[in-house]
Amino acid sequence: MSGPEPVVRTVNLVKIYQTGGVPVTAVDGVDLRVDPGEFVAIMGPSGSGKSTLVHMLGGLDTRTSGEIWLDGKRVDTLSESAWAVLRRDKVGFVFQFFNLVANMTVADNVELPALLSGATPRQARERREYLLGALGLAERADASPAQLAGGEQQRVALARALANKPSLLLADEPTGNLDSRNTRDVLRLLGEVHRDGQTIIMVTHDARVASLADRVVSLLDGQIVDDGAIPRPVRRPRGGAGDVVELRS
Amino acid sequence: MRLPLLALLAKEPAHGYELKQALEQTFGGAYPSPNIGQIYVTLGRLEKDGLVRAVDVEQSNRPNKKVYYLTAAGRERLETWVDEPSEGPRVRDEFFMKLVLAPLTGVADRMALINRQRRHYLGQMRELNELAAATDPANRVAHLLVEGAMMHLQADLDWLQRCQEEMA
Ligand SMILES: Nc1ncnc2c1ncn2[C@@H]1O[C@H](COP(=O)(O)OP(=O)(O)O)[C@@H](O)[C@H]1O
Ligand SMILES: [Mg+2]
Repeated sequence: MSGPEPVVRTVNLVKIYQTGGVPVTAVDGVDLRVDPGEFVAIMGPSGSGKSTLVHMLGGLDTRTSGEIWLDGKRVDTLSESAWAVLRRDKVGFVFQFFNLVANMTVADNVELPALLSGATPRQARERREYLLGALGLAERADASPAQLAGGEQQRVALARALANKPSLLLADEPTGNLDSRNTRDVLRLLGEVHRDGQTIIMVTHDARVASLADRVVSLLDGQIVDDGAIPRPVRRPRGGAGDVVELRS
Repeated sequence: MRLPLLALLAKEPAHGYELKQALEQTFGGAYPSPNIGQIYVTLGRLEKDGLVRAVDVEQSNRPNKKVYYLTAAGRERLETWVDEPSEGPRVRDEFFMKLVLAPLTGVADRMALINRQRRHYLGQMRELNELAAATDPANRVAHLLVEGAMMHLQADLDWLQRCQEEMA
């Protein structure tokens, strides 16, 4: 073992669902290592096990076998209450369902995780203002979640997930409901927090989002079939990357 | 570049350098900016085909400059171009040829080809993201071009995934 302590490490991680008659192997022996500050995109066809994998990494789903380590600590054996503490302190989530607290304003939804993890009210407010501002939601701070469109709720969920500067941000299709302008705001914010050192694991089929990542992990039938760096542009084109457009035509 | 030049000349007569500037302003960084030599070569061909004419305009202390204007034949050619539907992009994908043929010859396996291609597309998408970020927000034409390129790339990636599901 070399290098820094990984934020996430899994060893031969397996999930088998046994709801109906036939067992379904959703995740089939995944070995994954994510170092501090890395941004990893997880891609793969529908049903390839992406959601199951990130749910297990966040303790929302139990593993069938294998190991999960977060920040050097074995976590697949933790109780639900221990997981709850871990999530409060270390893991931010954005999932396809936004589960915002319905009877709290947008601002309170975003500040809550920061407060719970020990930030002062002032720190929590400043962080909230920054995040909502970056996502084009400053105006919506006093709204209640029910008053928001789907894409707005999704961005609030992202702001909330980032509120306590978690050591790990987990996201499952966080741009699924966004139009292209809102996607741009989300991209910009993700780029910013990533530059500030945020570790991110994100399931996405949106290539614009995935292309921000350092690495892409491809799943097929519950297995990792590719894991490698996304190439950086070789030339920094002076007259604009003009021929990029021509390349594609 | 022939038809865009005709279109610019339909607005008003111009000399080569003005046409270069107009192209750059209109399309921004999203379109390869032609060098002035290419523009003069193209104008020469358009002139030979009778689609534009040039007049020499005298300038004090400097060589004459050639100002180009559209002929009736040029306008007709432009109208025909605008009127006819344009071909959409098709899959004439060199990658697909490799994907289908390579394993037959034992040169490469499909999974590896697809994985490498995916990363390559994502690298291209990263370039487009950077291009969009570097492009003046007010230049909607340039942004639409970039957005179109991104959508094509997304379709290529989706298709790659289908190939992986079916063939790898
Ligand atoms: N709660 C569940 N019960 C039974 N099967 C499930 C459950 N969740 C997911 N699966 C199955 O596990 C496989 C992987 O699903 P999922 O992780 O949601 O894939 P993805 O997110 O890549 O679309 C699929 O075959 C899916 O039907
Ligand atoms: Mg899913």
